[in-house]
Amino acid sequence: MTENAHLETDGLAVDHHFENADQQYQSAKLGMWVFLATEILFFGGLFVAYSVYRLNHPEVFIFGHHFLDKSLGALNTVILICSSLTAAWAVRAAQLKQIRMLKGMLLLTMLFAFGFLGVKAVEYNSKWKHGLLWAREYHPHVDHEEASEILITKEDFETGAEEGVVEDVTALQKVGDGVLAETETVLIEEAPAAAPAAEANRSTIAPAAEGPPGLATQGTEESSEKVIEVEPANAQTFFSIYFLMTGLHGIHVLGGIGAFMWLYLSARRGYFSTGHFTRVDMVALYWHVVDLIWIYLFLLLYLIE
Amino acid sequence: MGPDPDDGSFWMPPQVSTVARSVDWLFNFILAISVFFFILIVVVMVVFVIKYRRREGQQAQSSPSHNTALEITWTVIPVIIVIVIFFFGFKGYLDMATPPANAYEILVEGQKWKWSFNYPNGYVDENLHVPVDRPVRLVMSSADVIHSLYVPAFRIKQDVVPGRYTKVWFEATEPGEYDLFCAEYCGTSHSDMLAHVIVHPPGEFEIWLEKASNFLETMTPVDAGRKLFQVRGCQQCHSMDGSAKTGPTMLGVFGRTENMADGGTITVDENYIRESILEPNARVVAGFEPVMPTYQGRLKDAEILAIIEYLKAPAGASQEE
Amino acid sequence: MTDATTVLTGDGQPAGPGPRDSYLNHGKGVLSWLFTLDHKRIGIMYLAVILASFFLGGVFAMFIRTELLTPGQTIMTADTYNKMFTLHGAVMIFLFIIPGIPATLGNFVLPLMLGAKDVALPRLNLASFWLWLIGASVAVASIIIGAVDTGWTFYTPYSTTTGTAVVAMTLGAFILGFSSIFTGLNFIVTIHKMRPEGMTWFRMPLFLWGIYSTAIIQVLATPVLGITLLLLIAERTLGVGIFDPALGGDPVLYQHFFWFYSHPAVYIMILPAMAIMSEVISVFSGKHIFGYRFIAWSSIAIALLSFLVWGHHMFTSGQSSLTNMIFSALTFSVAIPSAVKVFNWLATMYKGSIRLAAPMLYALSFLFLFAIGGLTGLFLGSLSTDIHLHDTYFVVAHFHYVMFGGTVIAFLAGIHYWWPKIFGRMYSERWAQVSALLIFVGFNLTFFTQFVMGSHGMPRRYYNYLERFTAYHQASTVGSFILMIGFLIMAGYLLHSLVRGERAPANPWGGATLEWETASPPPYFNFEHEMQAGDPYDLDALSWDPSIKGYVRRDPSSVLAAPRGAD
Repeated sequence: MTENAHLETDGLAVDHHFENADQQYQSAKLGMWVFLATEILFFGGLFVAYSVYRLNHPEVFIFGHHFLDKSLGALNTVILICSSLTAAWAVRAAQLKQIRMLKGMLLLTMLFAFGFLGVKAVEYNSKWKHGLLWAREYHPHVDHEEASEILITKEDFETGAEEGVVEDVTALQKVGDGVLAETETVLIEEAPAAAPAAEANRSTIAPAAEGPPGLATQGTEESSEKVIEVEPANAQTFFSIYFLMTGLHGIHVLGGIGAFMWLYLSARRGYFSTGHFTRVDMVALYWHVVDLIWIYLFLLLYLIE
Repeated sequence: MGPDPDDGSFWMPPQVSTVARSVDWLFNFILAISVFFFILIVVVMVVFVIKYRRREGQQAQSSPSHNTALEITWTVIPVIIVIVIFFFGFKGYLDMATPPANAYEILVEGQKWKWSFNYPNGYVDENLHVPVDRPVRLVMSSADVIHSLYVPAFRIKQDVVPGRYTKVWFEATEPGEYDLFCAEYCGTSHSDMLAHVIVHPPGEFEIWLEKASNFLETMTPVDAGRKLFQVRGCQQCHSMDGSAKTGPTMLGVFGRTENMADGGTITVDENYIRESILEPNARVVAGFEPVMPTYQGRLKDAEILAIIEYLKAPAGASQEE
Repeated sequence: MTDATTVLTGDGQPAGPGPRDSYLNHGKGVLSWLFTLDHKRIGIMYLAVILASFFLGGVFAMFIRTELLTPGQTIMTADTYNKMFTLHGAVMIFLFIIPGIPATLGNFVLPLMLGAKDVALPRLNLASFWLWLIGASVAVASIIIGAVDTGWTFYTPYSTTTGTAVVAMTLGAFILGFSSIFTGLNFIVTIHKMRPEGMTWFRMPLFLWGIYSTAIIQVLATPVLGITLLLLIAERTLGVGIFDPALGGDPVLYQHFFWFYSHPAVYIMILPAMAIMSEVISVFSGKHIFGYRFIAWSSIAIALLSFLVWGHHMFTSGQSSLTNMIFSALTFSVAIPSAVKVFNWLATMYKGSIRLAAPMLYALSFLFLFAIGGLTGLFLGSLSTDIHLHDTYFVVAHFHYVMFGGTVIAFLAGIHYWWPKIFGRMYSERWAQVSALLIFVGFNLTFFTQFVMGSHGMPRRYYNYLERFTAYHQASTVGSFILMIGFLIMAGYLLHSLVRGERAPANPWGGATLEWETASPPPYFNFEHEMQAGDPYDLDALSWDPSIKGYVRRDPSSVLAAPRGAD
């Protein structure tokens, strides 16, 4: 950068085309806010797609969200909020020239970010294993080994067959991911207030609308309320939207990790000992927006009621 | 028969539908306003350039650099004008968007690159035949990409979309034959996706429909097959003159040995032709893409037989009409 | 009696013509250009590649018009023709006209008008340029590997099912979008943070209001294009099904996404053009611009309203009547500020002292052609007439009148206005007049006939056409050749001026904005002193000095800021 003569004032290097350090800082700040506005609009397109599809086909979203693990989503939300905290702390440390604290906070932020990606990897892996992918690749299938609760195929449900029920069931994973059988299936989920389904002589099969009452009330005093949802047409749209939104967000998390790495390396080089903290401030701003977007994703994808 | 397309006005084709008059009226209204303002602008500009041309040693005369009253005036007047234009445009559009209750309904299917018009008795034709002075409603869908049905003489246009139905209506006011275009780009032969609208004089539409619907009975199988081959969109992609288009040529196809895209060969017989019509991408000839749409549910068995007969016949077999 | 060597600009630089050290020879070699942070060099590099893109887009246009000389095949097959019009549109829009004025004249002139040394974020500026190069390379690569045949609008499902190089072209456009976003971001920050002493918002030259409004659109609309193209790529490569009815998607949703950017995009194209008009008409009428505040506010109004009208591209798409009505009404609202600007410019000429130099010839052409373009928009904004005219040649004629007759003509006005400042050379006024006339005549012959063809029902994007449209097409093609000759002549005299042109004074035209207070061409650092701004249209503050064949400020100290640090 030999072309840019640095004007040194108060020990802070100012690019030659700026009148003073404050103009330089203000310019960087405005620039970052404008950039973040563009990010909001970039994601905005996906939020609009989400809204359009959800307004027109709410059943697809209600059905699909069962397959997202709320606890993992909540964990990720907490992780990102903590990472925003450490990022803000890093800014403060840079302002106060506390280089060790700065480096520590940067590392911690990156650690949280990796943790976020790790949890997402677990979720994505589970989706992939069960074929719960976007439209063209949506081929949901059974995984018997993971069965813990019992579901019933639609056929058996409608005929009220008792024998063969145990064999023809599909499984609901303990972590909360649902799995569908190959043909039309019925997902039965316990209503929140219901007791766990592990009791021996208690069936999770709800009474049939037509046909025999089934095993539901055998051996139990209370009948648990079951929510029965049949896979709607175009259920795959939910997963398309899910992967597009969380995927784009994940790419931005990766970008953020890169930016924090850049800051860390700058810190190691002694860049911040002069009191420059603008770049930490800017990256932290970016990171807060990434966090904010995730919170909306969590609300809109995981917490549909 | 009917108005010559070269007639009409300087700007417009002949007015042959009930809405054409109001559309043209609004067009001319906007045109008059536009010409007025355009001439005003150009004349003022030319006059100023001449009158205020720089002369040696002369500075610009002093004059104010703003005039609130003037600026408000020349803002408000255009606002009023555009409100009027909007109002007439909207009103005319509402008429175009609201079909009368007793409209005669014809189903339209657009596919690359052919229109087919399905009449209420099940007959399918490549052209749109309608009775004069009767509201007609088209219910349209596409088999593949977005097309758009456009009849300039009627001033109507509506996109034809896959996965849903769109509708348009019109009432023709004069018998004759008019152009129907596809107005949404759809690929190679977008500009050849033409049809005609034939407006029949009173009483004649029903006669035509009756006669045309019985083509399988009134024509020989070969002629019926030829008609179907043409009307149902086959010839957009399969030539009869030996040239390869999107699909292989049908000249001499029956009995031909073809190399398949996935290796192996077949000899073209009745079964292969039938399979190609109903499951076109099951076995594709080498060198061609698997892009043919299926006619499952769109061709009756008797029609498939007629097509097979046509493809079997030697080139130049007897033609009716 | 002054002599050429003693006449100075307000900044104390030599006001007369003559060879000098400037940003052009500060630092030698290709790398000093490719890695420059100097906005002036970046502006010139943009100018070179953007004009090259205009040439490329023009080549595709000539192929189109030649093919359309006769119905049926003339010189190419239907598939090739479909690629020609797609590439003409994509290259002209994404490589030429969207970056267009802001990246070239905006980059060069904006800091100078602010009396500044550079834009706020010079590294980002260089990054924008490199992104343009990368995006353009990807787009050109897509042309080489098979090109695209979807139309520049990439409508689904055709674009998600065709076998052509859609992913490569849309990826190129995606990258170019970021170039545009970063340029807009840079200009917003620069205008907010780097105005000189005395330059409040309402003392800014109107060129900057125009660039600023454009930047707002660039920054807010382009990301939506980005996500749209990304979704298209995801649809083609992964099958996400958002726009595919077979997978539960909606093809018309694509159109909403696409036009949400692409309508504001046309205002990215016209606002800088209008901004240039305000400068040129004022200076060449020798008069203060009329209605400064209105013009300034109208630029912002157009930028904001432009986001509300995208649905007028979709009146026949199957959306509801209510939707159609709302978009039609809003569309008329955005027409008003544009119309009133034309009245303001005419009023500026009233009682002026008008010089018909090349920039002014183009400005007058603009008024003529933009009036037609804008007025024909009324036919298209009105619902019942639009149903008939949509997707016909009427639309093609309309947008060429506003984009070409508007933006390109204004771009040419700007190039001819600032050419002496940028390169320190004057061009041949006589050849410029010849070229301007050929372009004006050629343009009208090419495109006016298309209005009539269109209202008679001739659809657009048609390779083949009915016999009765032949005469219109042939007249249009003849016009396009005249246009082409006009541009070739222009390329000739402009290039000639770079080596043989008369050297330019600091202020050949008598402009009162700050860029004229530095030498032509400017030194690397732009200004020696801190500048201060007065009324940017106080043209009486300048007087003609025959010894330098240029204008000088009567009171040079009026543009110098008071020294800082003094008590």
